[in-house]
Amino acid sequence: MTPPGGITATTSPEALSTELPVGRSTGWWGMVLFVTTEATLFACLLGSYFYLRFQYGPQWPPGDIPDPALLRPLVMTAVLVPSSLPMLWAERGLRRGQLWRVRAGLTASMLLGLTFLALQATEYAELLTEFTLTTNAYGSLFYVITGFHGLHVLIGATMIAWALTTTRGGLDARRDDRVRNVAIYWHFVDIVWLGILFTIYLSPRL
Amino acid sequence: MSIVDTPAPGADRADLDRLDANWAERPSLRSFLTTVDHKRIGRRYLVTAAVFFALAGISALLMRTQLANPGGDLLSPEQYNQLFTMHGTAMIFLFATPMLFGFGNFLVPLMIGSRDMAFPRLNAFGYWVFLFAGIFMWASLPFGAAPNGGWFAYVPLTGGQATPGLHLDVYALGLLFLGVSTTAGAINFIVTALKMRAPGMSLNRLPLFVWAIVATAFMVIFALPALNLDNAMLFLDRRFGAGFFDPAAGGNVLLWQHLFWIFGHPDVYIIVMPGLGIVSAVLPAFTRRGVVGYPLIVLAIVAIAIISFGVWAHHMFAVGLPQVSYGFFSAASSIITIPSGIQIFAWLATMLLGRLVLRTPLLFVIGFIITFVLGGVTGAMFALTAFDQQVTDSYFVVAHFHYVLVGGAVFPILAGIYHWLPKITGRMYAERLGRWAFWLVFAGMHITFFPMHLYGLFGMPRRVYTYPAGLEWDGWNLVSTVGAYVLAVGFLVVVVGVVHAIRRGRPAPPDPWGGDTLEWSTDSPPPAYNFPVVPRVHSLHPTWDARTAESTGPGATADRVLSEGRRTPLTSELDGRYERPVEMPEASVKPLVLALALLALFVSLLFAWYPVAAAAVAVVAGTVAAWLWPGRRPEART
Repeated sequence: MTPPGGITATTSPEALSTELPVGRSTGWWGMVLFVTTEATLFACLLGSYFYLRFQYGPQWPPGDIPDPALLRPLVMTAVLVPSSLPMLWAERGLRRGQLWRVRAGLTASMLLGLTFLALQATEYAELLTEFTLTTNAYGSLFYVITGFHGLHVLIGATMIAWALTTTRGGLDARRDDRVRNVAIYWHFVDIVWLGILFTIYLSPRL
Repeated sequence: MSIVDTPAPGADRADLDRLDANWAERPSLRSFLTTVDHKRIGRRYLVTAAVFFALAGISALLMRTQLANPGGDLLSPEQYNQLFTMHGTAMIFLFATPMLFGFGNFLVPLMIGSRDMAFPRLNAFGYWVFLFAGIFMWASLPFGAAPNGGWFAYVPLTGGQATPGLHLDVYALGLLFLGVSTTAGAINFIVTALKMRAPGMSLNRLPLFVWAIVATAFMVIFALPALNLDNAMLFLDRRFGAGFFDPAAGGNVLLWQHLFWIFGHPDVYIIVMPGLGIVSAVLPAFTRRGVVGYPLIVLAIVAIAIISFGVWAHHMFAVGLPQVSYGFFSAASSIITIPSGIQIFAWLATMLLGRLVLRTPLLFVIGFIITFVLGGVTGAMFALTAFDQQVTDSYFVVAHFHYVLVGGAVFPILAGIYHWLPKITGRMYAERLGRWAFWLVFAGMHITFFPMHLYGLFGMPRRVYTYPAGLEWDGWNLVSTVGAYVLAVGFLVVVVGVVHAIRRGRPAPPDPWGGDTLEWSTDSPPPAYNFPVVPRVHSLHPTWDARTAESTGPGATADRVLSEGRRTPLTSELDGRYERPVEMPEASVKPLVLALALLALFVSLLFAWYPVAAAAVAVVAGTVAAWLWPGRRPEART
């Protein structure tokens, strides 16, 4: 089933004449396009952040709001970004039909995601005493951008829980498809976080 | 290039019976609420969008009646503001795009030789959301709470301080709600065109109409998020006191305009592009030849889709942007006329080289070319910043975009209605009624909108509910009003023609026009499964091509008959190689339930019933989970 690796595998006449991409399901395309439009939404959000920031003037964040603390967001990054690894591991398990591996990988990713959300909750609890959504445009941007991403993590974790439930009856082609789509969404939520980390937490220090 | 009669089906009697048992729906309330058939959903899109068009048209007639003479007092200023806002918003969002999505829904699977869309239940869901979002917005009008800040709703006028009340909350939430439907439809079109084409239909054999729909769908994917974000921010500002657009809080009102037009200019092409696709689809049948320059037109479609994202600030030349950006956006706005020009010349060459069959659809295509080019000429004038700043916010702008949108969308839609009416209803329309409709609409359109160029240049601003006498505007306004009534009569004749065809028209043969695309190779109206045998496509003009016709005749292979279960083939993205058959989903009530839950969510957000909103979110999540639950049927798809 798995073709032999190395350069010969990719340059054999058969490989060269095979149309790529090959064997993508309609569900795969649907999820990829959905993630694309979502990524555009995040791009617009981060673009709005920079637009308002550079139109505002030299002092940013405005008023007496201090630069955002870095330690906790970096810990959150260290929790969320590696959560894609067990997901990748689970996807490999999917190809080999190893149910235990799929379940273990999904569970690990979900727990890391929930840890991220718990850390975000402690961050909010602290920051809400300093500024809120209505304090100024910075507050609006901060809470809407991080909150919208947190909502995506929550939805992603819910999707993983749902996918785990569907595997209770074992794996088949249709369950594989569901797990793959959940994985695409989860990787997307991870990657977007890096953009948010840069925009919200790192860029004010530049 | 001979025209082949529909061949004897390669599926035998038993196959047809099985196909019928698996696909056909008995007309009942249950099947009405649960159907996932793309043809029924497409027809609903067309009819619903036409109803919203009529409502928006009546709004326009009321406004024209008010403006017929100076000092009109039919409408109060408040009513006038709501009417012009609903007119614009409904024409753009509730008529143009859904109408063209309706054609896409009905035609794309037929043109590419598939038995349904890639996601039939998502398709049904998209329709219900569109219907509910439209009702959500229109229902505010009788209560005097309709949006009243113009269709592009600039802040700070639309902020909570300047416009209290529900008006702009209806606007923001209604468009967010509708955005769900448009996004779902766009994803569905792209995946359908990539994966569901009949075997042998490589991308260079994809009909131009489908190319146009796919390019439109890609523009929706990348443009709509900007509008959704804009509306979400507006709602947060108005309802929860966020500061995105509030300069006192460090926000910026221009953020609204940038985000709106990053969506808004691609949206002009989102509206016009499928219209251009209809023109490319109608022409071959009435010029008796393929459209000239197929690859050039495809390149032009793709180029327009990309460049349309680089011209948004030409809507903002009068707000005081940096000088450098004037140069860039002026240049981009001029460049985008080139691919549009390529298409126009390709159609003219097609008509020059072909043999014209002067029936109603072709009349509307010719009307389209004249009107759209006139709108393009004034468009090129706006690309000059100095001129733009002189005429901005005057009736000259109103004249320009009605030439572009009536020319670029309404005329092609009317051409499409007459062209595909036999396929959709199975009945022929009366040609004389069609010609009357064309001349009334064409004359009415120009009598209404041409004088607007003049009194725009004479200084009449748009969006005034009345005006004093003696400003040289009086007579021309009366001409416009008379034209508007002629236009209305024209549309009435279109409706009469359609109803007459359905009631009294003679039955339509499968291919009344000698068209070139696959929808003309099946019955009128098509059976529930579209094609008894999925054809194997051998050329760009499959219905004119004997080998494609033979592929559905005796000896058709079983992998294209697929009479067991609800199945249709999947093919590869680029070359259209046969991959495998897939099982298509059956009728389901879940799309309707999900759309109703979303309606409850948006209504409760509007009236600030947040506990109800939370409950609605739970229902949404539960319905999605149940919808996508993998059942035990082998290889079903959602």
